[in-house]
Amino acid sequence: MRDAFYAATAAVLDDDPRTAVVLADISAAAFAPHARAHPDRVINVGIREQLMMSVAGGLALTGLRPIAHSYAPFLIERAWEQIKLDLNHQGVGAILVSVGASHDASASGRTHHSPGDIALLDTLDGWTVHVPGHASEVAPLLRAATRHDAPVYIRLAGAHNDRPHQTDGRIVPLRRGSRGLVVAVGPMLRPVLAATEGLDVTVAYANTPRPLDGDGLRELLWHTTAPAGRGASIVMVEPYLRGTSAHAVSEALTDIPHRLHSLGVGREDLHRYGTPEEHDAAHGLDPASLRATISSIMN
Amino acid sequence: MTMTLATPQRADLGRLLTRLTGDEKHAPSAYSTLDVLWVLYDRVLRVSPSTLDDPDRDRFLLSKGHGPAAYYAVLAAKGFIPEAWLDHMGTWDSPLGHHPDRNRVPGVEISSGSLGHGLPIAVGVALGLRAQGLLRPRVVVLLGDAELDEGSNHEAIAYAGATGLDALTAVVVDNRSATHGWPGGIESRFTANGWSARTVDDRAHDDLADALHANAPGRPHVVVAVTETKG
Repeated sequence: MRDAFYAATAAVLDDDPRTAVVLADISAAAFAPHARAHPDRVINVGIREQLMMSVAGGLALTGLRPIAHSYAPFLIERAWEQIKLDLNHQGVGAILVSVGASHDASASGRTHHSPGDIALLDTLDGWTVHVPGHASEVAPLLRAATRHDAPVYIRLAGAHNDRPHQTDGRIVPLRRGSRGLVVAVGPMLRPVLAATEGLDVTVAYANTPRPLDGDGLRELLWHTTAPAGRGASIVMVEPYLRGTSAHAVSEALTDIPHRLHSLGVGREDLHRYGTPEEHDAAHGLDPASLRATISSIMN
Repeated sequence: MTMTLATPQRADLGRLLTRLTGDEKHAPSAYSTLDVLWVLYDRVLRVSPSTLDDPDRDRFLLSKGHGPAAYYAVLAAKGFIPEAWLDHMGTWDSPLGHHPDRNRVPGVEISSGSLGHGLPIAVGVALGLRAQGLLRPRVVVLLGDAELDEGSNHEAIAYAGATGLDALTAVVVDNRSATHGWPGGIESRFTANGWSARTVDDRAHDDLADALHANAPGRPHVVVAVTETKG
């Protein structure tokens, strides 16, 4: 997915003179060829994330379309006020592209983990958030983001699904069932498909959680049978902080009885290293845990 | 307020400021920027109400967003905003707040208030202009000496110096308000990073104008304008 981002960015830099990349040393070597081709539009400010984000804001003020990139905690959390003030409050946007996701850098520990990135962006207005689940989804999402000036966050992950899906912002149903709806965001699709094998549930995929496709969600929920006396069950499985999309789902379904269950990464600092898969399991996001949880919800 | 009113236009500032003063929140720093702002808009910056959207205009970024009365007065004196706006600063219906908003005020290039944002944004503006082949505009950003406490400035100072970002000029209005001061001098923080620097008395307008015009190719420029604390 990260390589797909480098390739897609090379293409947009070549095609669109409005685009510019801002780095804070992370991925600088990978962007060296881009920098040779476009020395004024590939800017590495060194290990200075506040400056990286302010420079993105400054570039946007001159009419460029900046693409800022780093590890998720350094991109979204370290320079948070710069995102709030130097982008949103100025009335300009940027494309922020992170790697590392919630705990891809599992062995690096908590300092390199960012499960709360999307919840943070939810405190600001107007952000589109993409969580691609396959490398082939990256290029169309990036290309689409260069065609306007609004703020966009693209969260790249190490885990990926078996095949790519549409990138038009809609929630797409992949498996039909009657006992409930399971929405898998980004790379959560693969473990969710494995976990729900043989279960009578609808499985849908979303790689654009913001804005959440509320109409698509409502449509899918209408086709779900609610047990007598209860609302239909919807399970959101997100590869970032558990419950991040709960408010967006609730806003989309204000007039439809439903029971929402949020699965995702917990708040606890585990103080553990290991593999991303071990962290997924610790948060109940491995296929076996997901199957047990979803089965109990749907019964 | 004590100042020498040297020209008819500048004399207007006193009258304009009195229209603003009732609502001024950060009174002690309100006028520390007045001399610098006047010299910039009167003698240095290539920007006017008719070139607000000209890509080739000079950019002025007020980073020290506190005490913007002097800024608004100069913008009114130069015709960027109506004088009538000055009467109700900080009210619900006024575009003028205690910190300026670029989305509300013609001629205001950045919304500021939180310290330490203007200089890093100015670096981005300078880079953005250069990437588009706009090599003539200067990007001038005004900071306070206490604002330099914010670490984000030092990311910008180091980077701009190391890369020779010569479109960039910082003006540090020094009214000695930094809690721990700047032992060794404010200039040294910039010159150690490759900037050219001048320190002047803000009341000497000719010296101030000379210092602002003393930028040179290949390096960013800083002018430290030493001012008496004004209330």
